[in-house]
Amino acid sequence: MHLQGDNGIGKTSLLRVICSLAPLDEGEVLWNSEDIHQDLTRYLKDIFFVGHKIALKEELSPYENLTIECALMNVPVERVQLLEALKHFGLQGREHVPLGILSQGQKRRVGLAKLKLSRAPLWILDEPLVALDAHTVEKFTELLENHLANSGMIVLTSHQPITLNGRGRVLTLTL
Amino acid sequence: MNAFIAILRRDLKVAMNRKVEVLSGLFFYLVVATLFPLSIGSDLDILRRIAPGILWVGALLSSMLTLGRLFEADWQDGSLEQLLITPNNLSLLVLAKILSHWMLCGLPLVVLAPVLGLMFDLPSEYVIVLMGTLLIGTPVLSCLGAIASALTLGLRGGGVLISLLVLPLFVPVLVFGSGAVESLSAGLGVQAYFSILMAMLVPALFFSPWACAAALRVAFE
Repeated sequence: MHLQGDNGIGKTSLLRVICSLAPLDEGEVLWNSEDIHQDLTRYLKDIFFVGHKIALKEELSPYENLTIECALMNVPVERVQLLEALKHFGLQGREHVPLGILSQGQKRRVGLAKLKLSRAPLWILDEPLVALDAHTVEKFTELLENHLANSGMIVLTSHQPITLNGRGRVLTLTL
Repeated sequence: MNAFIAILRRDLKVAMNRKVEVLSGLFFYLVVATLFPLSIGSDLDILRRIAPGILWVGALLSSMLTLGRLFEADWQDGSLEQLLITPNNLSLLVLAKILSHWMLCGLPLVVLAPVLGLMFDLPSEYVIVLMGTLLIGTPVLSCLGAIASALTLGLRGGGVLISLLVLPLFVPVLVFGSGAVESLSAGLGVQAYFSILMAMLVPALFFSPWACAAALRVAFE
């Protein structure tokens, strides 16, 4: 599902509502035909959210950051998997330098490497393509296609077109 | 539990790489405690009498100085938002953050107390009591301060608000913390003071993570 719409139309707000970060004035968010607030912890296990902000610590290395993320997601990972996720986004050789000295695009790549380790079926991505180069966009699209092929779901916002094997729907928000 | 340890380790590691912030509170404490003997003079009787009060006020102010940043950095880089939507008990994660704050900003004050006690010519049994009260009292300060820090998250001038919010709550800790040594010098027992401090610590440890978690959820709505 690709959310489109003008700036300020409410794309991010909608994603935040889906993530249970923002309250709803009316209506409800259903997951497996159940209100998400019925069993929030179970629902949160099923989603993975990548927001505008990178949500990583500049003082720590990409490797350390991912280790902590996995512990927070309650996903046990091996060292090899972590390194492979970083390698997928072209960060080999940068695993153990502080994140603060990497470029903006590289930081975002570390953020996207989290996706590769996530086991949640629903990915919620807010502007994931910002600051990425063409090569990384390709790698990223490949990751999304894999996720869909494994019967995963994705909700994302982006101002750039994303083509995923012709699959996926576009929802345009208007006032 | 994994998440608890992950947050604790993360915060400690981040602090180790950003030493200035940790050291600023500690230096403040050192400077306050050093300036008093210099300005008051070498009357040992007076110094001995005011020592517990000074060290306690120093500890209180220095923890207030560092508390404002407890959630600030996480809030700015977006990782706080992520904590809210991980499938973990948020109170537990908050407790990890409070614990790391205490280990970085509270525990060093306890360890430094004997050294500073020397400047005030404190006898060793007084120093031990003082360290004991600081050991129980400073976690209470961290717990109470964390609530204020969560409530003022994202506000401009939050620092001033924090002091207004926490000072009344800190007063009982200060009174009983510094009172223990006084009671010892008057020849009375100190057990009652320790019991009262413990009676503050236990509910603070229990309720403060929960209150912080509620405040953080409100801050993100």
